[in-house]
Amino acid sequence: MTRIKGAELSRRDFLRSGAAVASATLAPGVTLIAFGGSQAQAAADAGKRWGLLIDAGKCDAGCSACVSACRDENGWGGHGNPDTDAQWIRKVTLKNKTTGHETSMPVMCQHCAEPPCVDVCPTGASFKRADGIVLVDKHTCIGCRYCMMACPFKARSFVHEPIVNQKSHAPRGQGTVESCTLCVHRVDAGGTPACVEACAGAGHEAILFGDLNDPDSQISKRLAEYPSAALRPDLGLGQGVRYANL
Amino acid sequence: MIRLLLPLVLMLAAGMSAAEDRSSLWPDIPKATGAPHAEGNAYWRKHHMEMMRHDRDLTMRDGDRMIAASLKGCFDCHTVKDASGATVTYASEKHFCRSCHDFAAVRVDCFMCHRSTPDGIDETDDHAALTGRKAGDILAYLRAIGEGGE
Repeated sequence: MTRIKGAELSRRDFLRSGAAVASATLAPGVTLIAFGGSQAQAAADAGKRWGLLIDAGKCDAGCSACVSACRDENGWGGHGNPDTDAQWIRKVTLKNKTTGHETSMPVMCQHCAEPPCVDVCPTGASFKRADGIVLVDKHTCIGCRYCMMACPFKARSFVHEPIVNQKSHAPRGQGTVESCTLCVHRVDAGGTPACVEACAGAGHEAILFGDLNDPDSQISKRLAEYPSAALRPDLGLGQGVRYANL
Repeated sequence: MIRLLLPLVLMLAAGMSAAEDRSSLWPDIPKATGAPHAEGNAYWRKHHMEMMRHDRDLTMRDGDRMIAASLKGCFDCHTVKDASGATVTYASEKHFCRSCHDFAAVRVDCFMCHRSTPDGIDETDDHAALTGRKAGDILAYLRAIGEGGE
């Protein structure tokens, strides 16, 4: 991939302009050198692995703050047709038939390390970023919906209707497949997903977001300390989303 | 002398009227706000698609959001207001993108997924009608199928 230069600059002009390297002398003998170019600021860092830890014990069965926060943040409001409307995150209730105990929890894209949706995509539209976030590139999505069939978590939705008033950070359109992006636009800006914020705002703090690769992150410490599980561990998908107190 | 001058005058007159025709048919490119492109308008007119295609992959695949060319960035300066002062959507012929693309007979698909106005300025339903079906028609279609099957 070649980057198209804004203007025709000769090598000499470029070096003369000082755009290539900015340097500052901090102290005698110590020089800070910053290289130009946006590549160095790329946010999808291969050293990171973003994930969520959802504590089903703290999740309130009557609360759906995470779902409505996601809907508002990403603009996937329904068309009044529950059979086909997009659903990036849903509240799921599990019932233990022996004891009658019910567990409520949100289920969204599990951001697998080995995502089946990426395996089956015929165009390469379904992909995993270097930092483990699984996304759909709608520029190449042809709407075949193989990924929807491949996903064991029913995380993906197909857009049936023409759409207006999308959020500029979450483009979505008729004929393409979509799912939870882990609020990638917020994560790239150093923030946390909308569902995590909403859950904390509702006073439950059932969802924890962080870098699974960083042993000092809160999420890694909690995972090391308390038992947790991935959904359908038999599939060996290495999800970034894990559940506690299921 | 007249024999020589007359064809010359006629040619000039014809040339001028041709130039006038061209200018009236030429796309009426809306004025932008903000600082002009450092690379010049001609460069952007020719290369904006390659730049946006290149930079969208940087954002989408690598998470690089400090990019030069994005649709959202375009609308910082290139928005058009209609007679009533409302910002027009892609449904209007006056939309910045359409002013040239209609002239060049190139249909752009960008606005099937991307909004054609800055955040906070609502798009109307005419915008959805551009794709041939209005929102909600799917229900009518499914109903029709159901009736046909019975």
